[in-house]
Amino acid sequence: MVWLLVMLALALSPLYASRYTIILLSTILMNVVLSVSWAMFSGPTKYISLAPAAFFGVGIYSAAVLGTKLPMPAVIVIGGLASFCLAILVGALTLRLRGIYFVMFTFGLVELLMHFLLWFELNINDTTGRVVPSLDNSTVFYLMLLIFAVLMLTVYFIKDSKFGMALQSIGENEEAASHIGINVTALKIVTFGVSAFFMGLAGAIMATRWTYIDPKIAFNPVISFMPVLMAIFGGMGRPYGPIIGAAIFSYLGEFLITKFPYYYMLIFGIILVVAILYMPGGLVGLAQNIRNQYLRRRHAHS
Amino acid sequence: MPILECRDVSKHFGGLAALTDVNLTVEQGEVLGLIGPNGAGKTTLFNAISAAFPPKSGSIRFKGQSIVGLKPHQICRVGLARTFQSVKIFGGMSVLQNVMLGCYFGKKSKVPCDVAEQDSCELLEFVGLKSFIDTAAESLTLGNQKRLEVARALATKPDLLLLDEVMEGLNHTEVAQAMELVSRIQGRGVTVVMIEHVMKAIMKVCERIVVLHFGQKIAEGTPDEITSNENVIKVYLGA
Amino acid sequence: MLVTILDVLIAGLLLGGIYALIAVGLSMQYGVARVLNIAHGEFIMLGAFITWSVYTYCGINPILSLALSGPIIFVIGFFLYSTMFSRLRRIAPTPEAFEGSSMLACFGLLFIIQNLAILIWGADMKGYSYLAVPINFAGAKFAANRLVTLGFALVFCIVFYLFLAHTRMGKAIRAAAQDSAAAGLMGVNIKHVLAMCFGFGAMMAGLSGTLISMSYNVQPTMGLEYTMIALIVIVLGGLGSITGSLIGGLILGLIGSIVTYIEPGLSMVAYYVIFMLLLLAKPTGLFGK
Repeated sequence: MVWLLVMLALALSPLYASRYTIILLSTILMNVVLSVSWAMFSGPTKYISLAPAAFFGVGIYSAAVLGTKLPMPAVIVIGGLASFCLAILVGALTLRLRGIYFVMFTFGLVELLMHFLLWFELNINDTTGRVVPSLDNSTVFYLMLLIFAVLMLTVYFIKDSKFGMALQSIGENEEAASHIGINVTALKIVTFGVSAFFMGLAGAIMATRWTYIDPKIAFNPVISFMPVLMAIFGGMGRPYGPIIGAAIFSYLGEFLITKFPYYYMLIFGIILVVAILYMPGGLVGLAQNIRNQYLRRRHAHS
Repeated sequence: MPILECRDVSKHFGGLAALTDVNLTVEQGEVLGLIGPNGAGKTTLFNAISAAFPPKSGSIRFKGQSIVGLKPHQICRVGLARTFQSVKIFGGMSVLQNVMLGCYFGKKSKVPCDVAEQDSCELLEFVGLKSFIDTAAESLTLGNQKRLEVARALATKPDLLLLDEVMEGLNHTEVAQAMELVSRIQGRGVTVVMIEHVMKAIMKVCERIVVLHFGQKIAEGTPDEITSNENVIKVYLGA
Repeated sequence: MLVTILDVLIAGLLLGGIYALIAVGLSMQYGVARVLNIAHGEFIMLGAFITWSVYTYCGINPILSLALSGPIIFVIGFFLYSTMFSRLRRIAPTPEAFEGSSMLACFGLLFIIQNLAILIWGADMKGYSYLAVPINFAGAKFAANRLVTLGFALVFCIVFYLFLAHTRMGKAIRAAAQDSAAAGLMGVNIKHVLAMCFGFGAMMAGLSGTLISMSYNVQPTMGLEYTMIALIVIVLGGLGSITGSLIGGLILGLIGSIVTYIEPGLSMVAYYVIFMLLLLAKPTGLFGK
């Protein structure tokens, strides 16, 4: 019920909110999509992906390459599909091995794609950058809202299904899960692909904000960092944890970029480390601890 | 026809030969005991059979078909289930969910939610965990966690169940209960192979016993034959 | 033709020496202390900037600054482990959970250190010139600073190897690498040893940074590439094998040199292709368990 009201309010916002608010909301939605997609896979399976920037970048780059040749809706979907395919490949290669290989491979994926595309564009295509057709702010906002809605529906659908239970069991004990008939590798690969799909969609849409794209702009390691920070700080115990984290850091980011432009990434890095050290369950975990303590005290008194 | 046939199964870890040419035949419906000192290779053999760590060489046939090269989930689906020496339950999930996962994924066919729930409840009652249905699995005692693992394995509807030290760490009463559970499992038509160190239990429950030592089979026979076997006595008493 | 082959070969060794040193450092941190330090490259960058700073502002030559960058970065690493990673090790429910949380903490560290560097030194590229004189070696020309780099890299690797093999601390480290719980029971002060390991790993990064700065320009963002290379080398050599890191580093350096000769700008891609081949065929690498 709350969801419907929120969605309605958001859907109507371009009518009454300022241009600045719409842009901020689009950024928040983008971050929400990134952190929720990241948590969709890395949360239950405990395989930590450091590749969001790679999939987001593939989305951006698809828009850069195809934006002038095909209508935007098609380009956006292709961006998502390209990321999906990349994720399937990466998954097939690494998800049948121990988690550490997956982490290492996804960590370097952004740099790899950047170097490769840089070389490719310079040597094969003789270009240094590309131009993306722009869309007006309201369109970008509505597209992101649509992606967000589809994503949340997917998340809730998975969460309450056999699929979601199986994913969780993989994170609990992968060996046991495989011995009760769960094809763990296939499940991991598919989920990883789905999460990358959404990241690619988001990238393709946001590409329209930059007029000029080159590999260095498209593949930015900070985009791998932010979803991780947001999801962990928000807390991965509940689906809304990453959403809260995304909202907080989007707003914080906007605020800090204007006041402390060189300090904000430093601050975010410190927050991540502090969160891992002192609040591993994130805000959601903290809230649950407080609630449990409160309940215990009530029981003790009654 | 034997339900499981292992021929010349060998497994190495680096320079260490964990299993050397082990031959094992399991007849349908029996309860077979697998004993031997620590490090004899018993769990390694289970790992080779369930494909947790595939064997280096040798053949393993289950219901007449070779299962070497299959992945663990495929082996589960053809009807072979196991429990683990270090209990591997899904701690953060409820007891019921643990077993339901076995129902859902143990076989290829789709199982609707209500059937799975019903079957799971029945199995939890069978192993004696009915009152813990909604408890988080990690908060169970060790003995109960082992029972949960058994229920989960049974949920996959196996024809052969490998039990790895299901009685380890249990007190006298719990051991007696576990022995009785194994008999009831056999009563359901499931063949059982069990690794155990609790000698009293093995001798009572098993019809046949195989003894491993340093990765090789050194004796095989009925409990009486085993207890009077010189080699076995030497191995256990270190003469 | 022969000169070209020699050129490429020796360039490969020069590159490989550095790669071996940074990989040995990371191997110490992951193989023993069980921390996948993806901020490794940032320690390299710190070492490089320390050297640049003391050269530019104090005129101290880079070889002397090895005696500065090494210990400073060692202390930083030791401190980080004793505070951050010790705590994570304590609160982690399983070893896998610790690997995950420590890696994420390093991810945070990466951005902290990188941005600190940008704040202190600025974001643009810096460099200095030291021993940039060409030396003739069997007909091929090499900058003296690169040969010095190779020399030191090899010396450090060998010294460290001997340290591990023959000293008491070295043996404690090897014991901890095998089984930290058992080593702890045997009276080894595990927390201390693991912190030392992490410190040593960081120190090697710092020393490499100094050596790298002698031949290449430095920039706060230079670390990522080196981290990636170190990761690929330790997979190639086999996770947990110091010897593997040494040999793997040399091999990767050679490959890098060959690829750069054929098609400059593709060396990173080539390394990744090797990474992918390893994952497909032999994830345990050359000497892995």
